[in-house]
Amino acid sequence: MSGNMNLTLKVWRQKNKSDKGRFETYPVQDISPDMSFLEMFDVLNEKLINDGKEPVAFDHDCREGICGMCSMFINGRPHGPLQGVTTCQLHMRSFKTGDTIVVEPWRAKAFPVIKDLAVDRSAFDRIIASGGFISVNTGNAQDANATPIGKDDADASFAAAMCIGCGACVAACKNASAMLFVSAKISQFALLPQGQPERNQRVLNMVAQMDAEGFGSCTNTGACEAECPKGISLSNIARMNRDFIGAQLSSQKV
Amino acid sequence: MSANKIDAKIPDGALEQKWTKYRSTVPLVNPANKRNLEVIVVGSGLAGSSAAASLSELGYKVKVFCFQDSPRRAHSIAAQGGINAAKNYQNDGDSVYRLFYDTIKGGDYRARESNVYRLAEVSANIIDQCVAQGVPFAREYGGMLDNRSFGGTQVKRTFYAAGQTGQQLLLGAYSALQRQIGLGAVSMYTRHEMLDVVIIDGKCRGIIARDLISGKIERHTAHAVLLCTGGYGNVFFLSTNAMGSNVTAAWKAHKRGAFFGNPCFTQIHPTCIPVSGDHQSKLTLMSESLRNDGRIWVPKKKEDAAAIREGRLNPNDLKEEDRDYYLERRYPAFGNLVPRDVASRAAKERCDAGFGVNQTGEAVYLDFAHNMKYKYGKKEAAKKGITNPTEAQLTELGKAVVKEQYGNLFDMYHQITGVNPYENPMMIYPAVHYTMGGLWVDYNLMTTVPGLYALGEANFSDHGANRLGASALMQGLADGYFVIPYTIGAYLSNEIRTGNINPDHEAFVAAEKSVSETLQKLMSIKGSKSVDYFHKRLGKIMWDKCGMARNAEGLKQAITDIQQLRSEFWSDVRIPGDLNEFNPELEKAGRVADFIELGELMCRDALNRNESCGGHFREEYQTEEGEALRDDENFSYVSAWEFKPGVDWELHKEELKYENIKIAQRSYK
Repeated sequence: MSGNMNLTLKVWRQKNKSDKGRFETYPVQDISPDMSFLEMFDVLNEKLINDGKEPVAFDHDCREGICGMCSMFINGRPHGPLQGVTTCQLHMRSFKTGDTIVVEPWRAKAFPVIKDLAVDRSAFDRIIASGGFISVNTGNAQDANATPIGKDDADASFAAAMCIGCGACVAACKNASAMLFVSAKISQFALLPQGQPERNQRVLNMVAQMDAEGFGSCTNTGACEAECPKGISLSNIARMNRDFIGAQLSSQKV
Repeated sequence: MSANKIDAKIPDGALEQKWTKYRSTVPLVNPANKRNLEVIVVGSGLAGSSAAASLSELGYKVKVFCFQDSPRRAHSIAAQGGINAAKNYQNDGDSVYRLFYDTIKGGDYRARESNVYRLAEVSANIIDQCVAQGVPFAREYGGMLDNRSFGGTQVKRTFYAAGQTGQQLLLGAYSALQRQIGLGAVSMYTRHEMLDVVIIDGKCRGIIARDLISGKIERHTAHAVLLCTGGYGNVFFLSTNAMGSNVTAAWKAHKRGAFFGNPCFTQIHPTCIPVSGDHQSKLTLMSESLRNDGRIWVPKKKEDAAAIREGRLNPNDLKEEDRDYYLERRYPAFGNLVPRDVASRAAKERCDAGFGVNQTGEAVYLDFAHNMKYKYGKKEAAKKGITNPTEAQLTELGKAVVKEQYGNLFDMYHQITGVNPYENPMMIYPAVHYTMGGLWVDYNLMTTVPGLYALGEANFSDHGANRLGASALMQGLADGYFVIPYTIGAYLSNEIRTGNINPDHEAFVAAEKSVSETLQKLMSIKGSKSVDYFHKRLGKIMWDKCGMARNAEGLKQAITDIQQLRSEFWSDVRIPGDLNEFNPELEKAGRVADFIELGELMCRDALNRNESCGGHFREEYQTEEGEALRDDENFSYVSAWEFKPGVDWELHKEELKYENIKIAQRSYK
């Protein structure tokens, strides 16, 4: 077909967590520009299976940019060259025939490799479990319109809540910091009246868990914001830092 | 055939009183006993997460399983448009009864009255709960919640968070779940797949699961098991479901005695991005909410359609009078907001007649230009006091509003197709989206296996033959937050003396052995074709013969073809890698094996149902105008299929009684 591409892939292969891992080179032919990056990997895997080799393991699920499961580090950038896009929504029209594409897993101490390109991001779940919620049991709620919430606050809260938990922010950061992820959740609740009762405790608990998981510190380079597929703003980190300092100063539990 | 094997256990009394009375009289379990009762929840979407969190809050010991790396990835996350609730915040005449009525009618009179009424009753509580959890729904400037319209209704009752409502609701339920995990009250098993249910003395007592990283087969005991595992649209290979969405948990339960309800009821969603080529792995939905503001059309003249297909004509240049807004023409009362099954069939009809607008001839336009300019543009211009705005000004002003409402959907469309939808009409075509069928459940949401429940899309219960938009999220959360916490007591109150279940019971040993043997068998085939090869073939059979239109001859052929495919699969599939490691191909193989069996049942069910209703359109049964022609005399029942060894089935029927609604031919004209 006209316009189709031939590419060279350099893909990280690692049998399991304890394997050292290495790059393997695979040529792929006749790739349509309308394919998504993951569909191009489907083609590669189909070929590997037919050749009697092991396909490349990678995480993916919804393939419409919202579940946050896909996680490839492409040519040195999480989710590849485009901004505001997950790997599953990256299409091959962003590449040209003859390109060599290097594909690695997220690299962070807190995200150990499971196999090939799939990593373990359960640290994020543990951070949420430490405080990323509003403690309201089912059945406790008042009428939804009983507390009006200004549109600007609601919109800002939503903008923070759009985080898909993919971990690109960590992968992009030279310190493998999770501050953007954690601050997005803290901001979502800090901007809402419902989030106020636990505001101080939430930030203290979540930051403590973040540190315990082995994520690095934030040095404000902004790589996380630049690579975030959902455009989560760096200003969330500033809000979290303010809340954190405030909570430490005012905490009764010293 | 027998009718007595199934009992829907619908409470007595007037419709409006059933749930209230039931809730007030259902047996309770005291807190001390709850601590000793184990509940397993399989699946962590809206139904699973909300059920797990709520049951844990009540004091039960809960274990949750999901195949993804985190419970937050479940496919509920991808729901876009919104969630219905009978709040009547708009003062536009909504009520519990009206939501109930719209849902029954939308389902083409094939849903159970009592369940649907309960759903409508608890709908308002869901919104309250979600707001309390910090779900940032869209709001108006005064701080009140905003609503939008969805198909099949004439009120605005849909709550939303841009085009990411499912994400926000799931993250709400997920945080409630994570809170319980943090408290040590729920044990979470991610990257685990349920591969069998274990039945002891006729009761469900646990599951067999595979740790997807190590490949280890595990036994997990429970006093009740909740399957919240979603729908089976991926039987078609191409659908809007996530790649991992599968029927396996429900299917294993089916093979252990849970009847399968209305398997042929599939929802084909009218507004999806059309198929672009053979490489395609999934289809992407463009939310129904877009039909609020998008007008659907094809050219009036075939020669214009041909010119557009060949790239000789730009659709923007086609004059207004040369466009056929066929939904507005055929259904003036509901227009672009007819229910999904009606909209899908109408699109197929136009494309089959030669009016399709993309290269494959299988696409129609969803066009925002008119509303962008005249609805929103004019409104904004008036707000800003611009008199005599130019056309370009109107477009510019309207674009900003559309961007706020649907920005992420427009971006997604742009990304996938490479075409800018702000400048050009979207091209859309129907695609498999949701399955109304599922495990048969009674009023308590219990399957025909005592102690085994099905919630959310995994059950058949609320949507009849066609689901209305924004009702899946409502049902998932209703089942999990507000139904199961009550109904499970009816069963567990009799289990307080059972004590711990023994994982070494012979039933567990036998189930584990059978799971291991099936996996070993799959690995040992070492054939020549990949799992996807078989999945794609199955999908093609299903789409061609059991898709948007079905007929007896095609369905019979499909059954033969699927049986042939099944034997080929079990003799020629190739699965690389090992049993005891992270092996996505092996996972897929098990799921496709189950899809193949399910596909046959869907065709048998479609063949049995000699009528058209909702999403089930049998070509032999249609009105002169091409609308679905129901046969209430003979088919006003739920098909509940019992699995028989050797891949065979026996049909049971649950007669549907309409005591509160007068059934009529559905009309949206």
